Amino acid sequence: MATYPAELRYTREHEWAKMEGKRARVGITHYAQDQLGDVVFVELPKVGARVTQMQTFGVVESVKAVSDLFAPLSGAVVEVNQELAQQPERVNRDPYGTGWLIVIELSHPAEAEKLMSAQQYEEFLKTAGGH
Amino acid sequence: MTQPETVLKRTPLHAAHVRLGARMIPFGGWDMPVQYSGIVEEHRAVRGAVGCFDVSHMGEFEFRGPDSLRLLQRITTNDVAALQVGQVHYSLLCYEDGGIIDDLTLYRLADDHYMMTVNASNIDKDWAWVSSHLGSRVDARNVSEETGLIAVQGPHAERLVGGLADVDVGAIGYYHFRRGQVAGVPGIISRTGYTGEDGFELYLPAARTEQVWERLLAAGKGDGAVPVGLGARDTLRLEMKYALYGNDIDETANPLEAGLGWVVKPAKGEFIGRTALEGVRAAGLRRRLVGFEMVERAVARHGYPILHGGSSVGIVTSGSYGPSVDRYIGIGYVPTALAAVDSAIAIEVRGRGQAARVVKTPFYPPRVKR
Repeated sequence: MATYPAELRYTREHEWAKMEGKRARVGITHYAQDQLGDVVFVELPKVGARVTQMQTFGVVESVKAVSDLFAPLSGAVVEVNQELAQQPERVNRDPYGTGWLIVIELSHPAEAEKLMSAQQYEEFLKTAGGH
Repeated sequence: MTQPETVLKRTPLHAAHVRLGARMIPFGGWDMPVQYSGIVEEHRAVRGAVGCFDVSHMGEFEFRGPDSLRLLQRITTNDVAALQVGQVHYSLLCYEDGGIIDDLTLYRLADDHYMMTVNASNIDKDWAWVSSHLGSRVDARNVSEETGLIAVQGPHAERLVGGLADVDVGAIGYYHFRRGQVAGVPGIISRTGYTGEDGFELYLPAARTEQVWERLLAAGKGDGAVPVGLGARDTLRLEMKYALYGNDIDETANPLEAGLGWVVKPAKGEFIGRTALEGVRAAGLRRRLVGFEMVERAVARHGYPILHGGSSVGIVTSGSYGPSVDRYIGIGYVPTALAAVDSAIAIEVRGRGQAARVVKTPFYPPRVKR
């Protein structure tokens, strides 16, 4: 799997969004999971919660760090990855697959235009993002 | 990205860490490896096989001369007179008010010759304190910079160190040491550690520490030996409820409430802090450092409030996920009334109280050599 799959859209806070019709699946990028190290806890909203683009919607914690999660897009949470409660390490092992976090029913699909392409994200990592 | 212009100190193994691809972080003024392959994997390697830690950043002071014993009896809380040549003990430096300056291990190298190992971030403070109490008949030296220190910890540690040493390391008892060569380098082979596993700490000349590090990792490769960073060092010690200076103990904590009364020996005679600590003991402890586990799913962290009946009654001093116990665990100060095992408390995590309970410690059974 590509480090930053071309079919995804990316935020400056290192989340990805996969457009699935009027919905978007959301997770954190390879870069984010690598920087965090072993993920040991994920706190996610409940189904039905409203999230707003670039506002926090949850928390991911590694052994050493607590990190906010930012919503790539606005809408209502329609699915939450319940498996992560017992197996948070999936975020490390498979950040674009079984390590997904939530699915959002989009209220403003046009917001996707503000997100980065894979190529833009990689460029971003090389400059500002590579802290 | 701008960084403050502070120059981080480097251990003799710094280049080796960079070659191994370690993630380096600033720690107490040092540029140290926090992890190599990953904290949880390294933690498990130490519990299941053997891990090698660079702890060369720690400080070492040597004391020689006829008044060494008198000085050390005065400035440390444990009974140095009971320490035999070849033996190590855990001890503390305290202020007059009983507050902890540092925790340390003390080695009796010969009749009038001792070595004190102190925390890296406290080297300057400790050395200033020690220096201000020296008499004329003690020769004290800060040998921190010329001393490298590698911890080899885990059930395969004896096999690994034994295979490279010119002395029978199996004959070294817990909290004892011998002088000997490891990989041809002379040093002190100490059966001590900070993980709860059997293992050794190897004090070596700084210039030859890397040679020993390389040989340990190469010789142990087939036996599961891996380099281990500060991240796993912290989770390993947390599962033992070993105190970390600056987190769990500091100048505002006294040894008795921190559960370190076992290294405070008023019967030995006068020492700095004795009067204050005798007063604390007589008055009874206001708070105690306890271990807890989360009942609700949340991670407790250093500095989070401990709640009881909706109000803040204490503070978390260390907390994380414990890989070997597979629970979210922590330690912190609670009022004495809540210190008993099974006491119900809550930890305030992001503004919400999350249920926790006081548990027996260590969280994970130690397997040190007895």
